[in-house]
Amino acid sequence: MIKYESISDLVTAANARNIKLSQLALEDQAESLGITELELYEKMEINFSVMKQSVQEGMKKDIKSTSGLTGGEGYIMNEYAGKNDGGLCGEGLSKAIARALSVAGCNASMGRIVAAPTAGSCGILPGALVSLYEDRGFDEKDIVMSMFTAGAIGMVVANRASIAGAEGGCQAECGSAAAMTAAALVELMGGTPDQCADACAMAIANQMGLACDPVAGLVEIPCIKRNVSGLMIAFSCADMALAGIKAHIPADECLDAMKEVGDVMSTTLKETAAGGLATTPTGIKLKEMVFSDK
Amino acid sequence: MNIFDIIGPVMIGPSSSHTAGAVRLGRVVNKLIDDRKLKKVEITLSGSFAQTYRGHGTDRALLAGIMGYKSYSPEIRDAHKIAAERGIEYTFIKENIKGAHPNTARIHYFLEDGSEGVMQGASVGGGNILVKQINGMDVEFSGDNNTILVMHEDKPGVIASVTNMMHWEHEDLNISKFHLSRQEKGGEAIMTIEIDNKPPETLVDEIRGIDHVLNAILIKRV
Repeated sequence: MIKYESISDLVTAANARNIKLSQLALEDQAESLGITELELYEKMEINFSVMKQSVQEGMKKDIKSTSGLTGGEGYIMNEYAGKNDGGLCGEGLSKAIARALSVAGCNASMGRIVAAPTAGSCGILPGALVSLYEDRGFDEKDIVMSMFTAGAIGMVVANRASIAGAEGGCQAECGSAAAMTAAALVELMGGTPDQCADACAMAIANQMGLACDPVAGLVEIPCIKRNVSGLMIAFSCADMALAGIKAHIPADECLDAMKEVGDVMSTTLKETAAGGLATTPTGIKLKEMVFSDK
Repeated sequence: MNIFDIIGPVMIGPSSSHTAGAVRLGRVVNKLIDDRKLKKVEITLSGSFAQTYRGHGTDRALLAGIMGYKSYSPEIRDAHKIAAERGIEYTFIKENIKGAHPNTARIHYFLEDGSEGVMQGASVGGGNILVKQINGMDVEFSGDNNTILVMHEDKPGVIASVTNMMHWEHEDLNISKFHLSRQEKGGEAIMTIEIDNKPPETLVDEIRGIDHVLNAILIKRV
């Protein structure tokens, strides 16, 4: 059984058998859950199909969050992505942004999502994976398998640092999701386990210290758009790793630093809505608007 | 922890603690009510639940759970409407419950047959819950395991009778957690027994048959 306490241990174990991180995690988890690898794969396949549905649901034009503060961002971005060669980011990336916004918007409107690793950060992994599936023709089986790589990385993050905004700030939610997604993307593009770890390390380093400061305490502002920054970091760090750029600080040390930063972070910046964007004049005004008993 | 704690759960948004956990708290009440017909619920929201319930859909989530829906049921969004269709009256009260966890709900339910009950519990993060009180007595269980609640008179030997019977009649049954509290010496008491196994069908009736036991309820994983 694997302990999921070190990304470097995962890489060493995969390299020793010349297998992908996803295969390593699939075998281990099947054994630990007492089911066959096929049964486990099929469970993950269901999660991928829910992700595809969340993209569709959240991309509807008239979708609104329960508070009424947000809604429709996925639709607007998707329209934009189809015009002018997709704007500055190009059509591929712009559509991925639209999908991340859609899933996060689906969550805010009480739609069905897969927490990955949390509800607040649920748009990052599907934003990347559904895009590779729908726009780039990647095989569904490879994509579902890459979710095991993302999951294995996420378990190490949870064990070594945190995946809860209340414990570690947004770096623990969107940061973790970006690291998990970066590793999955590297594997899908044919990268090595070492490159997965590098992408992961760079993604964590790039979101180090990010506060969790939701306006009115709701999973909307800035959470929905932070799914986009997490997605962009995942893509860029995966590409850097695939290009051969190495992380200067190893992934495990990045996680230890993330834990330390989360521990010293003020509680006002850890999902309490008592600081950051939540207590800006506009943040307070929006809160009053939502909670007035009208 | 397993891989589906990270890539999962599949849930209705927006918040694992304020939505998914709230559904599970409601489901505990659903199990307490069992097959009986629900007439009315008064739901007290405390702390962060009271502040943010509307934006997080906590009210709909609790109501949906009480009606038996799960944390991934799309019906959660329409819980108010469904409750009205079923003729269930509901009110939400914002009140600070002293000393309670920030995400606490107290659900007072009234049944068609005239009986009633109260459950108080908290959503403690990541969709996990902790049930803290039933009918005013302290309990402590997470709903992650099959749990048996045994209401009984506070008399010597009742715990031994229950646990001995469980072992004699069902050798493989293993208790993973046990909690006891009482209203007053010699008054009504409640045992919370969490077990590793699937509960045998006859178990609850067997416990009900033991001297000084007033009632037993099985709360399957919620």
